[in-house]
Amino acid sequence: MSVHKPLPHDAAALHVTGQARYVDDIPTPAGTFHLAFGLSTIAHGRITVLDLTPVRAAPGVVAVLTADDVGDADCSPSAHDEPLLAQGAVHYAGQPLFLVIADSHLNARRAARLARVEYDELPAILTIDQALEADARFEDGPRIWTRGQPDAALAGAPHRLEGRIEIGAQEHFYLEGQAALALPQEGGDMVIACSSQHPTEIQHKVAHALGVPMHAVRVEVRRMGGGFGGKESQGNALAIACALAARATGRPCKMRYDRDDDFLITGKRHDFRIDYRVGFDDAGRVQGIHFSQYARCGWAQDLSLPVADRAMLHADNAYFLPAVRIVSHRLRTNTQSATAFRGFGGPQGMLGIERVMDHIAHHLRLDPLAVRRANYYRDARPERTGPGSARRLSGPHSPQPPADTGLQTPPYGQQVADFILHDLTDRLATQSGYTARRAAIAAWNRANPVLKKGIALTPVKFGISFTLTHLNQAGALVHVYQDGSIHLNHGGTEMGQGLFQKVAQVAAEVFGVGMGAVKITATDTGKVPNTSATAASSGSDLNGMAVKAACETIRERIAGVIAARHQCTADAIRFEGGQVCAPGQDYSFAEAATLTWQARESLSATGFYRTPKLEWDRLRGHGRPFYYFAYGAAVSEVVIDTLTGEYRILRADILHDAGASLNPGLDIGQIEGGYVQGAGWLTTEELVWDGQGRLRTHAPSTYKIPAMGDRPRVFNVALWDGANREETIHRSKAVGEPPFMLGISVLMALSDAVAACGDGSVYPDMDAPATPERVLAAVQRVRVNA
Amino acid sequence: MTDIAFVLNGTPVRVTNQPATRTLLDWLREDRRLTGTKEGCNEGDCGACTVMVTDRHGTRALNACILFLAQLDGKAVHTVEGLTAPDGSPHPVQQAMIDHHGSQCGFCTPGFIAMMAVNHLNNETDHDTALAGNLCRCTGYAPIDRAARAAARYPVPDWLRQATDPSFILPQILRGESRISATGGSAPHPFIPRSADDLAQWYAANPDATLIAGATDVGLWVTKSLRSLCPVAFIAGLDDLRGVNVSDTEIRIGATTTLADLHRAIAAYHPSFSELIRRYGSAQVRAAATIGGNIANGSPIGDSPPALIALGATLHLRQGDSRRSLPLEDFFIAYGQQDRAPGEFVEAVSFSRQPDRLRCYKISKRFDQDISALCGCFNVTVADGIVTEARIAFGGMAGTPKRALAVELELLGNPWTLDTIKAAMAAFAEDFQPIGDMRASAAYRLQIAQNLLERYFLQDQGIATDVLAVAP
Repeated sequence: MSVHKPLPHDAAALHVTGQARYVDDIPTPAGTFHLAFGLSTIAHGRITVLDLTPVRAAPGVVAVLTADDVGDADCSPSAHDEPLLAQGAVHYAGQPLFLVIADSHLNARRAARLARVEYDELPAILTIDQALEADARFEDGPRIWTRGQPDAALAGAPHRLEGRIEIGAQEHFYLEGQAALALPQEGGDMVIACSSQHPTEIQHKVAHALGVPMHAVRVEVRRMGGGFGGKESQGNALAIACALAARATGRPCKMRYDRDDDFLITGKRHDFRIDYRVGFDDAGRVQGIHFSQYARCGWAQDLSLPVADRAMLHADNAYFLPAVRIVSHRLRTNTQSATAFRGFGGPQGMLGIERVMDHIAHHLRLDPLAVRRANYYRDARPERTGPGSARRLSGPHSPQPPADTGLQTPPYGQQVADFILHDLTDRLATQSGYTARRAAIAAWNRANPVLKKGIALTPVKFGISFTLTHLNQAGALVHVYQDGSIHLNHGGTEMGQGLFQKVAQVAAEVFGVGMGAVKITATDTGKVPNTSATAASSGSDLNGMAVKAACETIRERIAGVIAARHQCTADAIRFEGGQVCAPGQDYSFAEAATLTWQARESLSATGFYRTPKLEWDRLRGHGRPFYYFAYGAAVSEVVIDTLTGEYRILRADILHDAGASLNPGLDIGQIEGGYVQGAGWLTTEELVWDGQGRLRTHAPSTYKIPAMGDRPRVFNVALWDGANREETIHRSKAVGEPPFMLGISVLMALSDAVAACGDGSVYPDMDAPATPERVLAAVQRVRVNA
Repeated sequence: MTDIAFVLNGTPVRVTNQPATRTLLDWLREDRRLTGTKEGCNEGDCGACTVMVTDRHGTRALNACILFLAQLDGKAVHTVEGLTAPDGSPHPVQQAMIDHHGSQCGFCTPGFIAMMAVNHLNNETDHDTALAGNLCRCTGYAPIDRAARAAARYPVPDWLRQATDPSFILPQILRGESRISATGGSAPHPFIPRSADDLAQWYAANPDATLIAGATDVGLWVTKSLRSLCPVAFIAGLDDLRGVNVSDTEIRIGATTTLADLHRAIAAYHPSFSELIRRYGSAQVRAAATIGGNIANGSPIGDSPPALIALGATLHLRQGDSRRSLPLEDFFIAYGQQDRAPGEFVEAVSFSRQPDRLRCYKISKRFDQDISALCGCFNVTVADGIVTEARIAFGGMAGTPKRALAVELELLGNPWTLDTIKAAMAAFAEDFQPIGDMRASAAYRLQIAQNLLERYFLQDQGIATDVLAVAP
């Protein structure tokens, strides 16, 4: 067996020795040129003067391109609304205005700062309020999904609350900045090496910019130094620029953003504002709820519509909302065009309902975990019928189970048929000692006047599949050579998540060979065409199945050849331990490959996979957008300083559902990393734009992702031991995005700690990120009556 | 232009005709095609470019992106490519990182490996502190911590022990003797003085020059502001300006003393100052940055000046053969303006031996490797329940590091009680009118300044106020 084993990342040995090659490490031919963009310094206006004379005169400059030189070149993944270079109008501070081609990276950067630009400045729309006032939005109006009679349910509920949470943006901070290299070929063809999650999109956009068919462009991605969604569409500009410059000069052209440029040019996670009104009963069970989600999308559409959709799709998280209205505003602002980022709107939508749960619990003075559990979807197993029947709540004070014991549905109608959070929460609460620690914390807080601790358990239920249904497909290309070595290729890209390793384990499993027999190769649009982005956590689900199909095709052919030699049926042939075993005789896999070749059977095959069971009407907000859900939960404990707002994550306990994990080592890595990244989003990672729309935090000196010491002091991560009920690749589950949202427990634990400072009459009401400054402000709010 | 010699991954190299401020990172990647060392931020904040540097003071990790080639003269450098044994076997930290899933995307990994190998060599086991300057966006650091602890169980490979032995290196780079003559430096050549006297003479004659010690600040002038610096002098090697001297009456810190050295040396006398320095930059930055640079650059958010002002420090300046001393707080005149004549440089800073009453509080969004929103340092002496002396200084609250004189006055002569503290808080508004920026609002800064005074008092009463001290 090679699947389900915690094997190291396939490139680990290359990583640790510095041999792993990223775009900027690829040896370039002599005479390669280097590119840099000149950027807008204002958020909105028209260019009145663009004097590039000093740029052209700078040392090493070969040429400078403006919008007039690049035709219709466009970088948008969706709406064709992102010209490569500003066409007179400037829509955000940081927008590329011109392209410098120079003999070195440094000379290109130097020259790009020398332009004399004058603008006719226009009022900029920077904030959600400004956008609402100006009715600046994508689509005609807000998207609205309603189920039941939320207004009536709210009006009739025993308790009502309303509130708002502002959720800040997040910079991806992939350690490897955006980079691309274009190598001009004969006949006008172009080969691109780039750091992209979406090679086919690069191919498509470069072909468009060059005015050639897609067959004239080949894109190769061996690996990225981190992606997180930030390389789904944001690499388009560099690849297009390199291709255009390569065609203009006939030379290879390379472009990589300096870190500050990367911050200034590229999109981030969407800022959100979420307003809520909720009605609930004495147990905290939601009876009716109304969400208004406001997404700050930036200047271009990019992926904002599906991001905002996914926020709506996760407005329930793990909770049954019987009557609900979700209103989603997709607002256009003069800022970087917000883009995909791990979770893709899901985290913001989920944070909205988690805030509601926390607020309800505070209002009712209940343990937030009890409120969360009271609202959980009904257990998926037939013998368990809902919140009221959970073992831990089966005492005399338990709420009555509802009469209807069928499966419940989210607002969009898909049955939640795999809900495991009752058991998972039980186990996590027990293993982490949640109840006892909650009591201990209360005692500790009574003894400590300055420092206060808080604890929270929050769940995650995340829908797995692209919500644009046609993207749920993947292809693979597998060759077995006559010596038995295997060349593996598929449409997924490697950004550190271990996709290549997992898929290689799938291939090795099919052939019964060791990992050494499988050569992992770069994603290449010339090998597997029309691929989807490696996104939506779908990489191993889709590509694993496609590779399995390709490998099984070849295995059947080998089995057929060997079976014929032994006059047995093909299903009598076993592939295991590097051997192909026929009745009475074992062949090495290499021998079997040679025999198959000599029998003139093809040892090359493609594989293809489409996710079954999906049916989704986006406009109505109804159907089955997700093949299944991935689950998890985290308990975070924090301590805050009520004099400064400083805080520390003391401990985290996580139980996460990766189905029957393809590789538990890699999956735990995704969980640990996702949690810390999610915690960073909600704590120290603060993007600050000034009143003119200029991003003031554009480097690690000012934008603070978690450092080594910020991880929880005690960090226990375990995998749930159940398999996926759906027929995914070896019954595993997607794991890229879901753990990110485990970080929400940190914000809720901070809220718990802040609440401990007051008499319970004022809710902490903290916005995100909860910087020390925001924590202190919240402490002061809750103390007004103390 | 350079003419320097050093040992790169075991092989002596001589580098000529490079701009004085060419960075090691660019040279490694572009000229030597040693692309294992990565550029993550180009400003010394992410650690992806970390390399191992050995000189006669030992082995440390530095950020190659803000390390100028001229700073390497006479030293030995190991990049990630040079940490695998000559026979190809992995370094213990490399093996441990593989075994513990310590790399995901792998881009930060070479920097981690270099840093971890330095820590492994130096038997450094406080991984949270030592690795704070290496950012990883994938792993959440847990597996890296596991790898670092696992690797500590294995000995330093013999070959590396030998390759980082200064006495072994130096013979190899004796050819470095052919570098720039000791006193012959003139623009555009970088000047590398052999003594403080050399520097004094040259700087008096070249008062427009930029003095570069650790380059952790000046490096960014080059990599981010894209400035061309000329002439320059590299002064980190001036051992006669280096070191912490403790006498019966005073502690004197030479200008080229690194923050790392100061952190160690001061711990026994003023542990809170030492702890403040632990959070100054990162291990890589502290290993390069000097106390002289942290003072001379005049930054309002440098972390050592408030502590030194609170200790009543005196600054010692030299210009040519003339010397003068002044209270450190008087050196900072206004934002971007210091009491320093052309050609005058910092020789040392000193302060009296005193009972340790100093507490230093650095407030930032992130604990490690962050620039202070504000930094408050308190040194209050209480006798018989009455405040007899008070020196309080802040960074980040004004255009310069500055004393809170009005607050001090409110405390002096009054009983050391919470009432006195509360009464004194209002005086902060007289002392400071801070600005708001991306690090903190003005109101928060003022509020925290007041609250830190309360923290100082409560801490003095034995009340727990430090979240870093809370065990899980």
